[in-house]
Amino acid sequence: MGQSFYLLLIPLLPLASFLLLGLFGRKYMNSVAGIIGTISLLMVTILSFVAARDYFFHNGKVNGVYQQVVAFKYTWLQFSPHISIDMGLLLDPVSVLMLVIVSFISLMVHVFSIGYMKGEERLGTYYAFLSLFTFSMLGLVLSSNIFQLYIFWELVGVSSYLLIGFYFDKPAAVAASKKAFIVTRFADLGFLIGILILAFNAETLDFGLLIQRLTNTQSSWSIAIGSASFMGISALTWGLVLVFAGGAGKSAMFPLHIWLPDAMEGPTPVSALIHAATMVVAGVYLVARLFPVFSVDGLSLDIVAYVGAFSALIAAVIACTQTDIKRVLAYSTMSQIGYMMFALGVSRYSGEEGLGYMASMFHLFTHAFFKSLLFLGAGAVIHIVHSNDMKDMGGLRKYMPVTHSCFLIACLAIAGIPPFSGFFSKEEILTAAFHQNKWVYGVGLLVAALTAFYMFRLYFSVFWNKQSAGSGEGGVEVHGLHGEGTLTMKLPLIILAAITIFAGFIPFSNYITATGLPLETHIDIGFSIVPVLLGITGIAIAALLYGRKNDRPEKMAAAARGLYRAAYRKFYIDEIYLFFTKKIIFNGIGRPAAWIDRNIVDGLMNEIAGATAKTARIIKGIQSGKVQNYALYFFAGIAGLTIMVIYFLERGLG
Amino acid sequence: MNQISLIQILFVSTALFFIGIYGLFTRRNLITVLMAVELMLNSVNINFVAFNKYLFQGRLDGIFFTIFIITIAAAEAAVAIAIIINLYRNHDSIDAEDATEMKF
Repeated sequence: MGQSFYLLLIPLLPLASFLLLGLFGRKYMNSVAGIIGTISLLMVTILSFVAARDYFFHNGKVNGVYQQVVAFKYTWLQFSPHISIDMGLLLDPVSVLMLVIVSFISLMVHVFSIGYMKGEERLGTYYAFLSLFTFSMLGLVLSSNIFQLYIFWELVGVSSYLLIGFYFDKPAAVAASKKAFIVTRFADLGFLIGILILAFNAETLDFGLLIQRLTNTQSSWSIAIGSASFMGISALTWGLVLVFAGGAGKSAMFPLHIWLPDAMEGPTPVSALIHAATMVVAGVYLVARLFPVFSVDGLSLDIVAYVGAFSALIAAVIACTQTDIKRVLAYSTMSQIGYMMFALGVSRYSGEEGLGYMASMFHLFTHAFFKSLLFLGAGAVIHIVHSNDMKDMGGLRKYMPVTHSCFLIACLAIAGIPPFSGFFSKEEILTAAFHQNKWVYGVGLLVAALTAFYMFRLYFSVFWNKQSAGSGEGGVEVHGLHGEGTLTMKLPLIILAAITIFAGFIPFSNYITATGLPLETHIDIGFSIVPVLLGITGIAIAALLYGRKNDRPEKMAAAARGLYRAAYRKFYIDEIYLFFTKKIIFNGIGRPAAWIDRNIVDGLMNEIAGATAKTARIIKGIQSGKVQNYALYFFAGIAGLTIMVIYFLERGLG
Repeated sequence: MNQISLIQILFVSTALFFIGIYGLFTRRNLITVLMAVELMLNSVNINFVAFNKYLFQGRLDGIFFTIFIITIAAAEAAVAIAIIINLYRNHDSIDAEDATEMKF
């Protein structure tokens, strides 16, 4: 108990700072809200590191295998003798990994926000929401029970909604927050049904038991769920696919990705925290958490792989055409998460074939750092330029040397150039894909090249290419005068850049694998040549097109006009959704339902009320206020009763 | 001397009761209404005493009830008169028709 006490503090400290700042922050401590939030997060981060050290080096291992440790458990709702919702803390390699990522990135974002959000009126509210998010995310990754995870999953959705809509006087932000909420809620419906299917068949909500029962193919639970089928597909596949649908909603996988680009309306540090590093990988985390069950069912794993690969590809293509710096990053996030998903999809449970799982987690880890670095760098750029559009930027490297070098490091990392961290994790993913599924491998290579291209397109347009338009009045030069931002903005960039450089050298496969056993991995130089060359080609093309002001990009766009336009308009997916919701759901379901509500449900109530009023008008004369009239009614009643009693007595007697 | 039969006494008490009812319904003066109520109570008293005397000669239950009712009637008269006095203070009248606040 003493050992788990500090683990309990990890989610509870952000909750405490949320309550404190949420209740009093805006009125009494607006100016120190950032400090309070940051200190609380600093403690959480330290505790997380202690927890990770304890787990990985002291008590996580039994006979060389990392175990699932339930550090704390409290039965919250008992439904039946078998099924209960518990609140617990589960430690295993993945949850400890996520614990470290979430608390550390959140700390960086808290520090960065002190500078970025300076002068914001509702700073207390902002930090309260950040704390709420951190609390929910930590609760999510530590969940020991699938329903507990679902609860925190929804809480994460709420805090994401609140933070996207933080600038609620901006209509676009309001619309974006609603969109994010509704789309993810729609996906969560699938998740909930999936949970119910799995829990109904396995007769438990506890992760440990659930996995144990469903993976043992001899057990009665496993046989039951395997033999029950609906529309020709087994209940197990249905459950897993529906759970994956929930994960796909949160992780912005095609076709539920439409909310992520719009979510960039929120403050940029929020995008770095929620929509790059932590919440959007919750879907990957969910699949990884249930991975033993997924690995039993090949069909659902294939679905995960193909959805991931397709999302990675489509997002990379769209990212090449967007001009909003944050939207490019958003699509790049979606593409990288697609990478992680298909790595999970091509993975199998044990041995060499479990490489994909480990690679996915590795990429999740490195991606969290370099992507939040990219977002924070973009935040620093936006802070100076006061615009999101890449057309308004250019030649910024002279004005912001620190941001520039950090951004370059992150771009190299995401492009998969050695020795930056992205290279290592991407190599593992591609290796895993190569051995399992050549199609997915091909998509992976293509996406790697596209990634390098669009990231360096972004990099060159922001930091090199001096644009003439837009910088004339109120352009870059004028804003550049007020420097690169405060130390609190630079420091997180530098720390994250340092991690981005070195994180690749962590012997990741020793710690995090599906089975808990260490996995032998090695970088095969011959294998790495192709992806690295593709990455360099992408960079070279980007340098050629965007390194200096020229008209080549326009010519290219004109040459491939149809494709360019389709990609620029995000393949019209938003329009398709709008068509479906406005034309079909509104007209087919919404309006009839509204008619029924207005005319039948409301109508019935109105009729009852009207009839009552009418009756009352008729009989209200009886209540005359004259005592003697009442006495008369009373007496008449008595007399009536007496007559009845006598009548029945007579009849009864005779 | 002819014994008075139970039926005759019941006639008297019934007549007394309905005189009371009539008074209760027709009089508007609350003091008169109170007197009508007393009449009804007394008709019940007569019934009790008569039944006790004619049907259960060895027992005293009816007599006891009568004494109870007389006591309660005295208390009730006190309460009723207090109410009437209050009514008079509020409405300057002891007419039942004048107190009509409690209607719709």
